[in-house]
Amino acid sequence: MTRTVTILRTGPQALIQDLGRPGNAHLGVPPSGAVDPHSLTLANRLVGNDETAAGLELLLGGAHIRAEVSCTIAVTGPGVEVRIDGRLADSHQPLHLKQNATLEIGTPDTGLRTYVAISGGIQTPEELGSRSTDLLSGIGPDPLRDNDVLTLGPPKPANGADVVPPIRILQTLVIPIRLGPRDDWFDDAETQLRQGSWTVSDRSNRVGARLQGTKLNRRDGEIPSEGMITGAVQVPPDGQPVVFLNDHPTTGGYPVIGVVDCDHLRFLGQARPGTRIRFRPID
Amino acid sequence: MLLRRCGTDALLVEVDSLTEVAAVRAALQGIHGVEELVPAARTVLVKGALQQVRDALKDIDLTKAPATHPREITVPVIYDGPDLDLVAETAQTTPDGVVKLHTEATYEVAFCGFAPGFAYLTGLPKQLQQPRLDSPRTKVPQGSVGIAGEFTAAYPRATPGGWRLIGRTEIALFDPKADVPAFLQPGDQVRFVIA
Repeated sequence: MTRTVTILRTGPQALIQDLGRPGNAHLGVPPSGAVDPHSLTLANRLVGNDETAAGLELLLGGAHIRAEVSCTIAVTGPGVEVRIDGRLADSHQPLHLKQNATLEIGTPDTGLRTYVAISGGIQTPEELGSRSTDLLSGIGPDPLRDNDVLTLGPPKPANGADVVPPIRILQTLVIPIRLGPRDDWFDDAETQLRQGSWTVSDRSNRVGARLQGTKLNRRDGEIPSEGMITGAVQVPPDGQPVVFLNDHPTTGGYPVIGVVDCDHLRFLGQARPGTRIRFRPID
Repeated sequence: MLLRRCGTDALLVEVDSLTEVAAVRAALQGIHGVEELVPAARTVLVKGALQQVRDALKDIDLTKAPATHPREITVPVIYDGPDLDLVAETAQTTPDGVVKLHTEATYEVAFCGFAPGFAYLTGLPKQLQQPRLDSPRTKVPQGSVGIAGEFTAAYPRATPGGWRLIGRTEIALFDPKADVPAFLQPGDQVRFVIA
């Protein structure tokens, strides 16, 4: 018998994500994958999956999931209210769902993205070695719709407890940034970054966190398009920085003033519009 | 050749020509531990194994380029782009003059990037070499044909983008499920014709 779950309601946006398809940038294929990979791998460990298994990435929670077979499920990311058949349960814990039980995920207290792993992992076909939905290039499955049925793989024994506190996104984030490769396009890039302050724009998405605030003064002109990595902070002529997230274009022609470390990038990826951002340049 | 730091685990290797780009890419291809190797117009981005990368670049001959056997590809275009008048004005010609210039040239795919199957074509006539828009569009329609700097290209699907758009094509430029996902590949010779 095929093991499945039904996504009764997706909430604002529900995507299938694993750890993405890095290594294809020379084809113009973005890395994609979970914006907050720590939360996805934690959820996978909690239900006994390999860390590379595909789960759900929910924008502002809100999903309702019905188990068509008994399964183990874990909800991670920012702290969020979780209910099984109407009764309060816990995020960041393995939860057992009986056949026909429904899991309801509320709206997280802080942050943007909630992760859900289900025992056996989601088994959609891989494209270029990954099941992730890439919103920039359209590789991978479409965003989920209400009543989509997802097939699961065979479950493994759960690993037991795994203690990681929920990610918490503060009102102001101070993000370490390494200057370069194009900091020489800016008058005193280090001072401009240290003294500026920005907020996360509501035009942000999985391609990039768009920041609005202090204008970064840069030289006029353009760079011949060049390779971009996740975490690159690109500055268009209007001086408003864009921090590239997982579905970023693999090349671009605006100068990159600095690069945010991948360990800190997930906090930016979890930051709601309006979150205040400051940069801390480091060597 | 200049090595520019790009975060903790990547380098941007900057050179002077597309020939030198090809030489750098060839020298770095196959190094164990390299996670990404992204050639572009004047740079090669390399992620991972940075010590081995630096060693490989120490005694590189930048004049040596790999041999090519180009395919010849024709792309039909409907020239009705939203920036056609702007491009004509900047080039001090008419929209018909832009179409004539764009269809008369022969192009070569220098590299892919920006988005899957997005091929950067060199060979753009001087008059059409124009800057990007000051603020990029959040959505450029699939198949749009645009120009930016020394390049022309067609957008394989709707994406954000800052290129000046002169037309559109109905050809499928990228299909991740196909055996050969990208319609245009580095080295191809390309001509545009009026659809």
